[in-house]
Amino acid sequence: MSETVLLDPGSERDPSQREPRALPLDLSGRTVGLLDISKPRGDVFLDEIASLLEAEGATVTRFRKPTFTRPAPTELRQDIAEQCDLVLEGLAD
Amino acid sequence: MAEESRYILVTKRDCPTCQLIEPALEELAHSAPVRVFNQDGAGFPATAAADVIDDSELAGSWALDVEIVPTLIRYEGEIEAGRTEGWDRAAWRALTHLNDLGASLPEFRPGCGSLTRDPGIAPRLAARYGGGGLTARRIDLAPLEDAIETCYERGWSDGLPVVPPTPERVLAMLAGTNRDPGETLGEVPPDLVPVSIEKIAINAVMAGCRPEYLPVVISAVEAALEEPFCMHGLLATTYFSGPMVVVSGPLARRIGMNAGGNALGQGNRANATIGRALQLVIRNVGGGRPGGVDRAALGNPGKYTFCFAEDDDPAWTSLSEDRGFARDQTTVTLFAADGVQGIVDQKAREPEPLCRSFAAGLRVVSHPKMVQAADAFLVVSPEHARVFHDAGWSKQRVTERLHELLTIDGSELVQGAGGMAEGLPEKLKGRSLRKFREGGLTLVRAGGSAGMFSAIIAGWGASGEIGSSPVTREVKP
Repeated sequence: MSETVLLDPGSERDPSQREPRALPLDLSGRTVGLLDISKPRGDVFLDEIASLLEAEGATVTRFRKPTFTRPAPTELRQDIAEQCDLVLEGLAD
Repeated sequence: MAEESRYILVTKRDCPTCQLIEPALEELAHSAPVRVFNQDGAGFPATAAADVIDDSELAGSWALDVEIVPTLIRYEGEIEAGRTEGWDRAAWRALTHLNDLGASLPEFRPGCGSLTRDPGIAPRLAARYGGGGLTARRIDLAPLEDAIETCYERGWSDGLPVVPPTPERVLAMLAGTNRDPGETLGEVPPDLVPVSIEKIAINAVMAGCRPEYLPVVISAVEAALEEPFCMHGLLATTYFSGPMVVVSGPLARRIGMNAGGNALGQGNRANATIGRALQLVIRNVGGGRPGGVDRAALGNPGKYTFCFAEDDDPAWTSLSEDRGFARDQTTVTLFAADGVQGIVDQKAREPEPLCRSFAAGLRVVSHPKMVQAADAFLVVSPEHARVFHDAGWSKQRVTERLHELLTIDGSELVQGAGGMAEGLPEKLKGRSLRKFREGGLTLVRAGGSAGMFSAIIAGWGASGEIGSSPVTREVKP
């Protein structure tokens, strides 16, 4: 059976398209994870981002994927989710 | 007159009668316009005189609401003027006014079933071509989206996988009731959202119900929405409780519910999914979720699903009867329940010592020093029930004896007694108090044939007018 259309089981008070969570306006006291996907010179770019975030009062924690060719390992994603309020990930060059 | 009429004939090649009537079709098509919808592919019937359409997708057959092939329909303009099913020479001649039609054919041959009536087909066609009366919002999935994962991500699941509620499945579910999908039953707490039969069917699909369970689920939702059940408070409480569903009466057996071995446990589809469907309605329609309005400190596993059937025990009145219905009526009774506490007595062979064991177990409901607070259900197993049956004790006599044995001196219950701070105000020291309020102790029969164990199911600490009372509704188709 095709499962391309589902019927909403709920109150239909929420939008049918899910909205991304709102970004916090204030970074002070929050932990921001920076995920380096292991592209060349990504670290240089992220160093700059880190110093800008720290100037805003955020605590920056750095993470690095073993290789940009594969999705982040589950353990790395769990580490980020456990330790960070927000995460920034560069997706390309 | 035949000259002014046009005809539609619905056929399938895999029907001997449809093959038999080809000469009659040929004759008819030479006298009036005929369009043929053939259900199983192109190339049949082999006539150049009629406009033959391949109706393999069954769109035409569905729109014409055909039950049998062949079906011949006559139109006057756009109006259907009559139809006949199968091959009945007299009926075809009467419908077409062609008095020599099918002279070479036998007088009568029954037709075959239309493919639109094959098992499971109708809900798919209704979903595709309309006619099911569905109004719930449709959620389109992206090509690589997994429907079960989507249900999780949208917050529709209780934590276990749900069956994705496709329109086809929901229409198949709705076949389980005679009620209009658009009928609303009331407002579901905590968000007080009107709930329709359609929304219940969607959640029943997700819970894994079969269509024949739907009337029970609907009655359970109706009972939950009755004011005395206090569903809002039951959801919001920090206490353990959630709705327990007991089904009493003949329909419980007919839909395959378990009242025997492991009745309170896992493994029976009807027990498992009916209770779960009610919880999903509260969650999805009402918006009642743990961490939201559901503030349970610990909860209990029955909040996934807690539903069982009462065993039919001719020696005792049934729960339906105890609640004011007839024995042959099927009812659902909802109870604001915590978990199951076992009570063991393998030695008693007389009612009195067994009642004393039961009473000792029931004494600890909520707290050994709390009275007139929580209600309780006592699920009496066959081996324990036998002790009462052998001595001729009715359910009412057992219940009354338990109330007597659970009449407690206030000095045991006041704050500080037994070294426990919990308890009643000091002023009640001289009183005798019943553990359970009037109507607060309910006995039902269930369980497997071996094991001298019964089950105490304690209720929410807020019972009766200040909280929840058991509510019973008859199940109707």
